[in-house]
Amino acid sequence: MSSTTITPLGTFRNETPYPFCPGCGHGPILDRLNEALVRLELDPRRVVLVSDIGCSGLSDQYFATSAFHGLHGRSVTYATGIKLARPELTVVVLMGDGGTGIGGHHLINAARRNIGITVLVFNNFNFGMTGGQHSTTTPLGALTSTTPLGNLERPLDICGTVAANGAAYVCRATSFDGDLADRIAEAIRRPGFALLDVWELCTAYFLPANRWSKKSLEATLGELDFATGVLRDEPVGEYAAAYRERAAGLATGGRDELEALEPRFSARLDRKISVTLGGSAGAKVGSAARLAARAAVLSGLWAAERSDYPVTVKSGYSVSELILAPEPIDHAGAERPDVIGLLSAEGLRKARPLLARMDERGRVFTLPRLGPVETRSAVETLDLGAQVPRTGVALAFVAALFKRLGCFPPEAFAAAASLLPDSYRREGERAVAAGLEAA
Amino acid sequence: MRHFTNGSTAIVRGALASGCDFFAGYPITPASPILMQLLHELPRAGGVGIQAEDEIAAIGMCIGAAMSGARAMTATSGPGISLYSENIGLAIMGEVPLVIVDVQRLGPATGGATTVGQGDVQFVRWGTSGGYPIIALAPSSIGECYALTRRAFDLAERFRVPVFLLTDKELNTTNNTIDAGECAEPDAAAAHGAPIREPAPAGEPYRYEPAAEVPPMACYGDVPGLRFTGSTHDERAFITKDAETVERLNRHLEAKIEAHRTALELATVDLEPGAETLWISYGVTAGAMREAVRAARAAGRKISALTLQTLWPVPESTLRHALGGARRVVVAELNLGQYRLEVERLARHQEVIGLNRVDGGLIGPDQFLEAA
Repeated sequence: MSSTTITPLGTFRNETPYPFCPGCGHGPILDRLNEALVRLELDPRRVVLVSDIGCSGLSDQYFATSAFHGLHGRSVTYATGIKLARPELTVVVLMGDGGTGIGGHHLINAARRNIGITVLVFNNFNFGMTGGQHSTTTPLGALTSTTPLGNLERPLDICGTVAANGAAYVCRATSFDGDLADRIAEAIRRPGFALLDVWELCTAYFLPANRWSKKSLEATLGELDFATGVLRDEPVGEYAAAYRERAAGLATGGRDELEALEPRFSARLDRKISVTLGGSAGAKVGSAARLAARAAVLSGLWAAERSDYPVTVKSGYSVSELILAPEPIDHAGAERPDVIGLLSAEGLRKARPLLARMDERGRVFTLPRLGPVETRSAVETLDLGAQVPRTGVALAFVAALFKRLGCFPPEAFAAAASLLPDSYRREGERAVAAGLEAA
Repeated sequence: MRHFTNGSTAIVRGALASGCDFFAGYPITPASPILMQLLHELPRAGGVGIQAEDEIAAIGMCIGAAMSGARAMTATSGPGISLYSENIGLAIMGEVPLVIVDVQRLGPATGGATTVGQGDVQFVRWGTSGGYPIIALAPSSIGECYALTRRAFDLAERFRVPVFLLTDKELNTTNNTIDAGECAEPDAAAAHGAPIREPAPAGEPYRYEPAAEVPPMACYGDVPGLRFTGSTHDERAFITKDAETVERLNRHLEAKIEAHRTALELATVDLEPGAETLWISYGVTAGAMREAVRAARAAGRKISALTLQTLWPVPESTLRHALGGARRVVVAELNLGQYRLEVERLARHQEVIGLNRVDGGLIGPDQFLEAA
């Protein structure tokens, strides 16, 4: 779609005059932006201005480039999405000091990430569109419609914040600077994240409320000890390019395929049964349940497995509910388990309400060390012997349990164990063999 | 051949098969498996996947990418949908094709992070200011997770609107056995419509005629001077307060969905002649309903059942048809009766009963059988 020859434009502006108040700094800054775009000889179809909210948020409407006008404070996120999807585009964010406040989190992370966008901050120390309220950059002591006592909050150092977090290019300027167009062009040319904090006057609110002028603006910079000019200019790698470079280096060959399970053993099960395993988190209870499920599927059964665990990962209980059925399972749950396997004291505690619901038709499997289990169901203790390592207990236990249940042949369990991840297969196969032996 | 898999994986595969090439998300239980899988897959598939700094950035990036030609998706749970809210409005206003997966958990607030719920049903419909329509689909099986993800991408493109895929913790994380064909490419006829990617008329990205039509979509970088705005706008995407233009725009945002509401209806209708009771459900709860239907009929009871896959817009003609012969209607859901409200306004002559559960457990077949 792109043209092969680019005709340098005389202007990136359209014919509509700016709407800003007399003396407002926005117009001059936009003129400098226009000069920079012209100087860079960019193809206008490859330039997207992303405007935030507030008076500066109107800016995109006075340019003939592409434009995105979104929500307050979120302009950097849209710009990031555009740049990630189309890295060849020049993406310039136009935001006020209000936007840097509400969207500060995005600014910090865009800098850290070094996404290749240029952010132009129209910093006039207050909310000019909504009634002159204070912003995060309002100087100490300043009067605004929401700081009747004089501003008590230290102004945000926008440049320092993004520079400290890795921005490639950072510049503090004023709308009066003769070299502002040069700085903007420089910022756009940098491949990484670039930000210009441009100080200016709001003639509607801030200037009259504080009897401000260009001189007081310069004085405030001095009082805050905020340096001006280019504060950081480092050759940092740009995120979208780095992502593509790394991605290109990945082994291709399509996406991971779903594991194929071809039924090849025969099952002995004529109704849906539920087997609940109660153990401790981190003890491979879920892995053991999924291994049994795969064995069942390899035997032509339908299996479902759902796990319940606290929000922590390697502490607390771990309960897995297995449903096996001779037909597809629409509801992967059961009112009460037919079988319970107890692997630890924590699992036993969690399983107690289930045990209470089971009757004499149920079967409960437990380990010798858990002691007597209170239940109306038949209890079978599985002695796995001393040679099964701790990490293999759940697999061995479940293999033994299902061998006793007899709903599918032991060979199916061994076949399912061969599907375990490489890192765990040998240990898993040994545990399964030990469990089948112990049963 | 069979697979032992779960809803998250089916959604990821459905997204990739739909040409999804952009995903941004933020970690949240129980939606994180989608984030992790797609961040693994997308760089291998020529796309981009990114973990954003928060949910607001995640959906913001998706919107920017979608307007740049990407097929974008994000996934979260209730707390994340709360943070998406304002940007959902932006996507409606700017007519952004976007798929949003809401893997529901028990709310409100942090609620039960690892606990199932279906409490976002009305939230996704009314979750942003203004009250303009979205589309929401609710799969009730792993196979439907795949198929409806594919449908969601088609509809998002066709209607230039956020399409929600409303699932839940159990559907996404419970592993189940499926036939291999359930997560494979659907036939061509299953696609709802080809994406409209013809460039918009020069300088008029929001030109629609008549109001029920969707403007053709152009992307950044493809045409000069492409504009986008979340403000009330004219067809050139310039901000306007002109009453006539504003009303036309807002009526268009509603009409483009409303005019096609019948075509958007997806449901599994299982009516039994002579049955006086109709069960209605969706999502994971519909799985239990299907088992209950088999059990009821095996016991000689006449029962009708309706599984809704389209939740928004409300599939009214399907509902009216199913309600027709019924005297009693049971609406089963893991909330305190959110979708029952929609059934009640259509069920003029039927007794409508709610079957509800909010303790973190699933409604089982037995509860259906006891309810009616």
